[in-house]
Amino acid sequence: MTDATSGGSFYRIEMLPPQPPPQQQTAAIKWLKDNLFSSPLNIVLTLISIWFVWSVLNRLVPWLWFSVWDAGSLAECRAIMDERLGEGVRSACFAVITDRWQQLVFGFYPKEGYWRPPTALTVFFVAIAPVLFTQLPRKMLWFSLVAPFLIYTLLWGGSIWGPVRVGLGFVLAWVVFRFLSQFMTGFVASAGSLLAAVIYWIFVDVHLSSVRSALIPIGLPAVKSENFGGFTLSIVIGLSAIMLSLPLGILLALGRKSDMFIISKLSIIFIEVIRGVPLIVWLFTAQLLLNYFLPKETNFDLMLRIIIMVTLFSAAYLAEVIRGGLAALPRGQYEAADALGFDYWKSMRLIILPQALKISIPGIVNSYIGLFKDTTLVVFIGMYDPIGLARSIRASTDWNGVYWEIYVFIALIFFIFCYAMSRYSLYLERKLQRDQR
Amino acid sequence: MTESTTREIERSHMSVTDEAAVQITQMNKWFGTFHVLRDINLTVYRGERIVVCGPSGSGKSTLIRCINRLEEHQTGRIIVDGTELSSDIKNIDRIRSEVGMVFQHFNLFPHLTILENCTLAPIWVRKTPKREAEEIAMQLLEKVKIPEQANKYPGQLSGGQQQRVAIARALCMKPRIMLFDEPTSALDPEMIKEVLDTMIELAEEGMTMLVVTHEMGFAQAVANRVIFMDQGQIVEQNEPREFFRNPQSDRTKLFLSQILGH
Repeated sequence: MTDATSGGSFYRIEMLPPQPPPQQQTAAIKWLKDNLFSSPLNIVLTLISIWFVWSVLNRLVPWLWFSVWDAGSLAECRAIMDERLGEGVRSACFAVITDRWQQLVFGFYPKEGYWRPPTALTVFFVAIAPVLFTQLPRKMLWFSLVAPFLIYTLLWGGSIWGPVRVGLGFVLAWVVFRFLSQFMTGFVASAGSLLAAVIYWIFVDVHLSSVRSALIPIGLPAVKSENFGGFTLSIVIGLSAIMLSLPLGILLALGRKSDMFIISKLSIIFIEVIRGVPLIVWLFTAQLLLNYFLPKETNFDLMLRIIIMVTLFSAAYLAEVIRGGLAALPRGQYEAADALGFDYWKSMRLIILPQALKISIPGIVNSYIGLFKDTTLVVFIGMYDPIGLARSIRASTDWNGVYWEIYVFIALIFFIFCYAMSRYSLYLERKLQRDQR
Repeated sequence: MTESTTREIERSHMSVTDEAAVQITQMNKWFGTFHVLRDINLTVYRGERIVVCGPSGSGKSTLIRCINRLEEHQTGRIIVDGTELSSDIKNIDRIRSEVGMVFQHFNLFPHLTILENCTLAPIWVRKTPKREAEEIAMQLLEKVKIPEQANKYPGQLSGGQQQRVAIARALCMKPRIMLFDEPTSALDPEMIKEVLDTMIELAEEGMTMLVVTHEMGFAQAVANRVIFMDQGQIVEQNEPREFFRNPQSDRTKLFLSQILGH
């Protein structure tokens, strides 16, 4: 007897022990019946879906399965198909990829330098790894600091002393900052350190640089930006903009929420103007207008201009995504940070942003994926990204008439990058899931 | 009214000095055109434990939030620990690091462990070395009786435990004054006692405390002054025995009869 009843009242004498849940019936037939054939409507929908999938695969699978991988031109390709599959039966001709993949990947990059872009990409991945995966040793971050200069030298070549000079400027700025921040506010100290770096770059190092490159001429053969093309171009623009737009986007989001009137208004104007105009217009601006406004003798690299434009464009979108994250935080978090005596920058860095960015991860990665694919728009301002090269390959006499195969290849490469970003964002969201009970 | 705190604490050794910890003179505050705090005059002496009560919307939370400038007052003066609250950010940050605050909704940092919650401000604001900050934090977690939770995240703790962590977090800054903004209002009845016990222990050590609460049992047991507020004004203040036995104003009598009379 586990309970006692007297009249209408009830009280329990023994507490019930927990019991395992009832066994689920998980037979495949039962699953099918429950999920696919549970009602007449469901049966019809299932049959239509099966027919649809079958008819797509019926075309696609043979097209891929009987594809030709070894031929010098489309005519050769077709001859092989006629011979193998019978007169007039067509399948994929991926020979165009095996024949021309170097062009698609490297553009007009000099042949003897083909090792350089993949090496730069490897350096990039090694440098980004400790940032993406916190379980890696923290010492790797030192390499991450050097990596941008290494990547620049690998891609564009030239004397090693150029990037070294820029790097030394940053080191100097950091030293000055550490020194000044002991007795000044963070803002004044960072302004002072920036000034020190600029003075160093403009006045001090100009003379040293030429001396050094004369004495120790280390470097790689220089490659002009015009020679970048294909995936090298897309990936360089895409990854640069991805890396640079996040800090800028964070600053813009903070600026927009700032109490300071001018800062907040400037941020709003910047974000709204950049977002309100299509990227392609900004790319034309970068290509044509900027040169028009700049002094005649300045030769401002087109690719650099494009990277800046794409970065600004992406930063405006990120700023709005991050603002959403900031707005989603309860006000209590700001108040708790204030009540403990944190100043603005410390409370942002240690308390607010880690949480706001975590909330914003799906949105940020969404913007990144969009940005990465949008790099193909540079084809319209005369740069040879994979789409542009696909066009010129199809214009050649050998491969005139090839359509799908090149685009399938390009799509596949883009998909790999975008899918990797998407999976990483899921991984990060799961890892940062802290409030499970 | 819950009588969760029936223990009358030993008060003889809890000396109240005549040194002012907080001095508020003729302070007024408006939210837009709404006059939330009207001509507030209040001096809190070091070692005093003041309970502020009153109906909701009476301005009691706003009053204690003015003391560490989570709310800005418009006229009058507030002097905390000898420093006047002005728009000087350096002053505000210094006062905030001397004044601990416990919120109704705990406001722990969910992305940090309990230990990190407690050491973040000492390390970054006070520049305490990490090892030392962790030792102090562990001592205080011991004191609020949850050292075993140090490496969990706030989301894994019960409300009462979270509020005790919040108290420990504030204490890690070694504050000279503690503000409590309805610390038990968001808790289940079963958890109120553990938080009040922690607060009583703190009172016994002589901490200067300003507590906004509806726990009249706590007021009777711990406070040496009870302040009743209504419509943004201090309506009555007295030592607790007199305050509850012999309220003077009609408004106070009505309020007490409503919260104690069932």
